[in-house]
Amino acid sequence: MPISLLSKLNLKMFLTKWGSIFATIVLFLIFTVLMPKTFLTESNMVTILRSISVTTVIAIGLTMTLAVGGFDLSSGQTATMAGSLIISMMLWFNMSFWLSSLVSIIIIVLLNLIAALMIIKFNVPDLLTTLGMMFFYDGLAMTYAGGGSISISYPTPWGIPTTLPSWPQVFKDIGKSPYIIIIMLLCVLIVHILLTYTRFGRFIYATGGNKEAARLSGVPVNRYRLYSCIIATIFIALGGFLVVSRNSSAQIQGANGYGMPAISAVFIGRSVAGINKPNAIGTLIGAVLVGILENGLIMYGLPYYSINMVKGMVLMIALAVAYASTKG
Amino acid sequence: MDNDKFILEMKNISMVFPGVKALSDVDFQIESGQVYALVGANGAGKSTLMKVLSGVNNTYTGGIYFNGEQIAIRSPIQSKKLGIEIVYQEVDTALIPTLSVAENIMFNTIVAKMKANSLINWRKIRKEAKEALDDINVNIDVNKLVSSLTLAQKQMTLITKAVRENCKILILDEPTAPLSYSETNELFALVKRLMANNVMSIVFITHRLQEIFQICSKVVVMRDGTNVGKFDVTDELRLNAIVDLMLGRSFEENYIRQFHKIGDIMFEAQNVSDMDGKVNGVTFNIRQGEVVGISGLVGAGKTELSKLLFGAETMKTGSVRLNGKELVMKLPTDAVKNKLGLVPEERRKEGVMVSEPVYFNLSAACLKKFCNKMSFVIRREENKNAQKQIKALNIRTSSINQKVESLSGGNQQKVVVGKWLAAECEVYIMDEPTKGVDVGAKREIYQLIHRLAGEGKAILYMTSEISEILSVTDRTFIMFDGKLIKEFETSKTNENEILYYAIGGN
Repeated sequence: MPISLLSKLNLKMFLTKWGSIFATIVLFLIFTVLMPKTFLTESNMVTILRSISVTTVIAIGLTMTLAVGGFDLSSGQTATMAGSLIISMMLWFNMSFWLSSLVSIIIIVLLNLIAALMIIKFNVPDLLTTLGMMFFYDGLAMTYAGGGSISISYPTPWGIPTTLPSWPQVFKDIGKSPYIIIIMLLCVLIVHILLTYTRFGRFIYATGGNKEAARLSGVPVNRYRLYSCIIATIFIALGGFLVVSRNSSAQIQGANGYGMPAISAVFIGRSVAGINKPNAIGTLIGAVLVGILENGLIMYGLPYYSINMVKGMVLMIALAVAYASTKG
Repeated sequence: MDNDKFILEMKNISMVFPGVKALSDVDFQIESGQVYALVGANGAGKSTLMKVLSGVNNTYTGGIYFNGEQIAIRSPIQSKKLGIEIVYQEVDTALIPTLSVAENIMFNTIVAKMKANSLINWRKIRKEAKEALDDINVNIDVNKLVSSLTLAQKQMTLITKAVRENCKILILDEPTAPLSYSETNELFALVKRLMANNVMSIVFITHRLQEIFQICSKVVVMRDGTNVGKFDVTDELRLNAIVDLMLGRSFEENYIRQFHKIGDIMFEAQNVSDMDGKVNGVTFNIRQGEVVGISGLVGAGKTELSKLLFGAETMKTGSVRLNGKELVMKLPTDAVKNKLGLVPEERRKEGVMVSEPVYFNLSAACLKKFCNKMSFVIRREENKNAQKQIKALNIRTSSINQKVESLSGGNQQKVVVGKWLAAECEVYIMDEPTKGVDVGAKREIYQLIHRLAGEGKAILYMTSEISEILSVTDRTFIMFDGKLIKEFETSKTNENEILYYAIGGN
């Protein structure tokens, strides 16, 4: 029957386009009904927003990477390293917050240029390069921190007592609401504008869509791949700063766990509104979906150690939807 | 019965692809112990017909008779069971590069025996593979990995594999196109040995017509999906007779072009060579308002040359000048800045971003024009450009927002051209611009080229279709083996002459 076929097609298209928003709303309603007194409260809403902030900021970086046709497995480890860097700059070298951020970002960008070199110049696949970088960062961050966490009043790894009485106020603030939420929304807005309304974004998408056709249209594709790597790294580093601010210390592997949910967020957001490419607003929606799921399930009694199982499944579903809609 | 001498007969074979009748009522008979040449222009249906035999094109209509008995070939496995083996031009897809020659030759045996016995007797495998190679006097070390073989050796490995599997009909699809002269001779020697001690038949597809006289006993000519002639290869057979049949009359002969005034030299290439030796010392120029053709077979180096001129590959030697000024081109970006445009051969891979909408593609080469000082895209200006190009090129699309992947081939190609029109290019390099384009769009592309010439642009038109060269160009070069070997005023030459030089005659 042509009519039922048509409606089937429409349903499939509808689900691909609006499925993630639909799922978010459904999850929200389910949790509200299941836990009327605890879930839909102001404090829990703020908790959710705060908890998705880090994921979103890192995922915004990944949105840049994926939009240009790249991929990054190492974002969580990169963020951990960035966190260790900023904390150590303030604690060990008594730098101000702003100088610490700047120096940390410069160092982390320089480190990620190794990956860019591997990918752009030596044609190593992104997946493999960043797999290598993941291990490298993991070891580097730990070595840098002397095998433990870094916090106020801890001595430096070379045995000198630190004198910083407490973290600078700005540093403490960025991890708290409402600042952390404002930072997240600003990141989404900046990348949304960049990707959607500027020539820069257009070239990023052109390169991600068909590298060779973009190159033969005069787009300097390798330069744009490099730019996107640098911008992505800055957002990921910022994500790392937020993590250490919230913890008031740099924990071993402190931000590693944010890498996978961030990838999920980008893939969930890819198909929102039928855009079918990585985009900032979609990424935010993806992060909200993952955040609500995590918050709701844990409140409902899922043990915290089982949450990765759920997040992994969500990533798989997002990948299935993203790839099922592409041909071959 | 008269039919007895044929091992295989194809009668009234037709094959329809969406929108195209690729074969119509083709008859083709194969006698045992003969080498058939199957010739025809690009798109004549040679490969399509052979893919019917090999079971790939399984939706054909018509009858196939094997030893006089009617059969149907609906899968490659069926075809193999009959003893029909095909060696495609892309030999790499048929071999496993990480396995040795012996393993590749014996692969089917190994797989078949796996069910009964999971242990493999390597010594036996190597011995049998070596015997198979020795039988037909091919000298390749069976222990070598296939990935380390030359292309010619890979072909020989595939042929050995086919012969060993009790092959009755061996189809070679343009095996000589990528081979050097001495490799070709080696292959021919192998074919002769096969014919000497075997009762198989060979079908040999080629564009190089002189090769027919070296190894073939019969030649079958195809054109536009039918067979138009069949000859015994004798001393009396003339190349020209085959060429005439191959070409026939086509749409190009009915196309009447306008001629424009041709001005001063605008674009010059001097001694251009690439790193891989596929382009050697190419020198030519294009004058204002002139359409210059480069004609040559597939593999002559046209595509490589187009990429070099556009800065998409690194030049080993040579320089490019536009209006007397030398162009420094490290990237295609520099070429675009200098008002060069490339319509590449692989449209979907290199020409358009298929998953992006029409307007996106039409402004890809000149986005700066539609941006404000802050580099924000002014969509209104961009849309206006898209509307303008859609109208100028008669691009059939539902809207400027339609994704390019849903357009027909011809309309996709118009989008590629439109991208360069929007960028106001001075020089257009077109590599097989009518490939996979229907006749209507083809005419529109021709008209567009002549309109551009009328506006004083320089156009380089590269194609292996000689009829197109004659319809479109003012002057033409013939490319063979990476070199421009001949130059003609188009009005003073003809298809036979061009083809003669394109296939390496001199």
